[in-house]
Amino acid sequence: MSNIPETGRTSRITIRLVAIQILVFSLLLTLGGRLWYLQIRNGDEYEKEAAGNHVQQVVQPAARGAILDARGVPIADNETRLVVSASRTELMKMKDDGKAVLNRLAEVLDVSYKAISEKVRICDAETPQPCWNGSPYQPIPITDEATTQQALQIRERAEDFPGITAEPTAVRRYPAPYKAGTSQVLGYLSPVSDEEVEKAQNTKSPLLRSDQVGRSGLERTYDTALRGSAGVTRYEVDKLGRVIGEADNDESVAGASLVTSIDSRVQAITEKQLDQAMKAARKEVDKITGRPYEADSGAAVVMESRTGRIVAMASNPKYDPNAWVGGIDGKEYAKLTGKDSNFPLLNRAIQGQAAPGSIFKVVSSAGAVNAGYSFNGNYNCSSAYTMGGQTYKNFESSGHGPISLGRALEVSCNTVFYALGHQEWRKDGGLNPKKNEPNEYLYKAARSFGLGEMTGIDLPDEVSGRVPDREWKQNYWQANKDSWCKQGKGKSDDYVTKLARENCVEGMNLRAGDSIIYAIGQGDTLVTPLQMASIYSSIANGGTIYKPSVGKAIISADGKEVEEIEPEKSGKAPATARTLRQMDKALQGVTKTGTAAWRFTDWPHDEIPIRAKTGTAEVQGKQTTSWLATYTDDYTVIMTISQAGTGSGASGPAVRNLYNALYGVEDGKVNKKKALLPEPQKDLPKVGENGDVKAQRTKNSMVESWRDAGFAQ
Amino acid sequence: MSIHTFDTRRYGQQSKSAWEKLRARDSLARRLDWPLLLASLALCAIGSLLVWSATRNRTELTGGDPNSFLFKHVLNAAIGVALAAGVLWMGHRRLRSMMPLLYGLSIILVALVYTPLGATINGERAWLNLGAGFYLQPSEFVKITVILTMAVVLAAKVDAGDRVHPDHRTVLQALGLAVLPIAVVADLGQVMVLAVIVLGVLLASGASNRWVIGLITAAVAGAVTVWMLDLLDEYQFNRFAAFANPALDPAGVGYNTNQARIAIGSGGISGKGLFEGTQTTGQFVPEQQTDFIFTVAGEELGFLGGGLIILLLGVVLWRACRIAMEATDLYSTIVAAGITAWFAFQSFENIGMALGIMPVAGLPLPFVSYGGTSMFAVWIAVGLLQSIRIQRPLSA
Repeated sequence: MSNIPETGRTSRITIRLVAIQILVFSLLLTLGGRLWYLQIRNGDEYEKEAAGNHVQQVVQPAARGAILDARGVPIADNETRLVVSASRTELMKMKDDGKAVLNRLAEVLDVSYKAISEKVRICDAETPQPCWNGSPYQPIPITDEATTQQALQIRERAEDFPGITAEPTAVRRYPAPYKAGTSQVLGYLSPVSDEEVEKAQNTKSPLLRSDQVGRSGLERTYDTALRGSAGVTRYEVDKLGRVIGEADNDESVAGASLVTSIDSRVQAITEKQLDQAMKAARKEVDKITGRPYEADSGAAVVMESRTGRIVAMASNPKYDPNAWVGGIDGKEYAKLTGKDSNFPLLNRAIQGQAAPGSIFKVVSSAGAVNAGYSFNGNYNCSSAYTMGGQTYKNFESSGHGPISLGRALEVSCNTVFYALGHQEWRKDGGLNPKKNEPNEYLYKAARSFGLGEMTGIDLPDEVSGRVPDREWKQNYWQANKDSWCKQGKGKSDDYVTKLARENCVEGMNLRAGDSIIYAIGQGDTLVTPLQMASIYSSIANGGTIYKPSVGKAIISADGKEVEEIEPEKSGKAPATARTLRQMDKALQGVTKTGTAAWRFTDWPHDEIPIRAKTGTAEVQGKQTTSWLATYTDDYTVIMTISQAGTGSGASGPAVRNLYNALYGVEDGKVNKKKALLPEPQKDLPKVGENGDVKAQRTKNSMVESWRDAGFAQ
Repeated sequence: MSIHTFDTRRYGQQSKSAWEKLRARDSLARRLDWPLLLASLALCAIGSLLVWSATRNRTELTGGDPNSFLFKHVLNAAIGVALAAGVLWMGHRRLRSMMPLLYGLSIILVALVYTPLGATINGERAWLNLGAGFYLQPSEFVKITVILTMAVVLAAKVDAGDRVHPDHRTVLQALGLAVLPIAVVADLGQVMVLAVIVLGVLLASGASNRWVIGLITAAVAGAVTVWMLDLLDEYQFNRFAAFANPALDPAGVGYNTNQARIAIGSGGISGKGLFEGTQTTGQFVPEQQTDFIFTVAGEELGFLGGGLIILLLGVVLWRACRIAMEATDLYSTIVAAGITAWFAFQSFENIGMALGIMPVAGLPLPFVSYGGTSMFAVWIAVGLLQSIRIQRPLSA
């Protein structure tokens, strides 16, 4: 290095200067490396964060669409209330953070300043409720019950109330026409959770923290359509929330209306008659237990036989859906979800499952014909069926001698079906089924009819029920054997312990007894009322199983777009047209000479053929479940009441009253003028030019006379 | 040993044209360290753009004139260049004789901060209010004072040829003189820089290894003591806590570092363009025209712009190192090494905190950050470096 002058410096200093130099450049390299890491390796991530930093969204909620019945009568709509809101951004701009304005507002609304200031403070970890947990850029509602007087005062003295608005705002309402609550079918709305807001953040329909979404029923299934799309205005803001950039604006689109197949009039009658039937049952004394019937819950379904559309669906105990409107308080919520009220939020038509009892016999009959038994053959209806020392009695222990399957359905002869179940079980190999698939005709019939799986109705949280075939037995035993075996070890010799012990050892086997009682719809079989409605509809319509549906059409807010929801086939009944006709005839016999005849003595059978099957299912430790399955060419009606005795006894009069109303039957004659719905509603309600759906209303008095009809004795 | 640089001024004055004078091998123009000068000017230029971008929307600072900070920054730089020229004209050796005076003046200025003339900005009482919106930060000048004072003391005997290395007594003397002004400066960031300067000076002076190791040990022990005895103010402690874990409280203590990182990270390769940074226009990063100026570069000019700043600082530091290497006496070596340590550490700390690898300390980025005192001090240091450079003998 010739150009380095002679400095006469020692090597110690030179070495140290070189060290300093190395150190300095390694520091610079570190900075360069870190810069590369932040900007090039992780740049995208930070870009997103920066983008989220400076844009604030203000959402204008869209008016939620109405839910209408088949004739256009609203069963869920919005009512306009005067809502007073405060803009926090405006208030914070004031020198006293809006204190003076809020004080004046408190005076006008006649509440304390404290109450108002608590409503506009922002929720955080240290702020207890009440507080605002929505976006601080969103107007914060202070009351939705302002009087016109108060609203006028605020609007007229706008200079005294900067940042305060008093505007009519839409609030959900369930008007319950003809007193048809339709609660469990409609469902309810409740505020969104934080996760939902986050999830919806980058979708077309972002949610606000103050938003409400459908939580159950139709409100949930059709939430997206009903909600419409909220308008979003995006502002670029600085650190202090001051708007610094252009706003870009998406207009809100009001939610569409949902037309359902529900007929509010029929719904009102169904609800009332079910309730009446339950109340009547509670007055009856159960001969077996010696106590009055509990009749603790019930459900009814009215289905269009040819489409699977739901005309009415009732579940009892019921509740007022308006309880949810405007937020629900803790007490009321506890009441709705508590055990004491027996869970009124449950829609028992799709969420209640029980053994079907004798209404299941149509399934066994179809299965037996498939297995090769002749429908018109001779089957011994003895008073009891004995197998391996155990006796299975006929209902009320009466015998009818040799009869056909049809007659066995009419008189609901258990022993005929016991024998069929037992024989089929043996043919399949009994306890040691053949290696190749056992035929299981009776079980397969149940599955083909749609049991053991959800019907697919457009309502959320449906349950599937259960078909207790060999496979299910095996799985169920696998899942439960440990607890059974543990329980069975107890020294006690009571029924429960004995059963556990038995299940522990041989619970994986489909036993003869299981198959025998299966044939009459007892034992481990579970069905929902809706599943049974599907089955009986398929017998009525010649073998088609429809996916039940409540929604019929979605009509856009401007009325210009109508999206019809067509009935969908989901399967075929496992029976030939001939067998179906034979069963149909037998079920008609039930109402003429069979178990339900006493309820239809003066029915105009020639004009309106009506079929029925009664059922009384036993439940361990409880009173019997009453089932009544009925249908005409147009409608299928299923009613079930838990702990209420026999099908025809408990549900008969209510179902009869319902049919009277549908067809206008008075004193055994058809009065067409009074018939509410002699044939299913085909056309959609008419839509006016400005998009409003025309409602076809019936006089209240006319519906009331049917709805409140008492039981004929 | 001593070279009479300024003799060249009289040398052949009449016989040569201005152009020839400029081109002469021994002319001032040719002896100046041009890479150092150009890199420093380039940094000032980039700095003006960044300061402009960071302040033009902030009416509460600018009083309505979006260009006011740009103008003031350029003015500061111009004054800085003038100061550097003054130092060059005086020669760094003449400053040597004025040391006692400068030393006394520095201490008085730093001490004045504690009088009613002092002002607190961002939690640090480190400013003198000169009125009319002018503030002076004496601790910036203390850096120069410490370097020069220590250099004078440490080099005295060696440059006189009495000793090869400064003896213990000299080192002790130098340290003693340095401690006084440092002790008066209570600003944590500035004290850190001063400590590094002292270390650099000691290293370059050839003081025995024991002193170097001793000083490092003392610094570590001092830091631990401060930590254990809870001597730091809460805001100072919080800055370190946020450095250790910025996710700790993104809205509070960790906010600055987090937002700074978002700003830089979102810049990508080529940045969002000058004035286009959303983090910058949205003022999400605090102190963006001073301590966090690098985030403006990162966001708006991207990796290329940020890299250029680091590269230019590299050029400055490379030249400073060369000048230290090539200095002909120990006094000059120490001064150049002290300045190198100062620039290097202060740049590393400033950019490092913006990048989230160093704790937050209120230190300006040399040449780039807005701030008069810092700009003046940095340019005085450049003047010193140039002065050392032009006084070395011409090589063959």
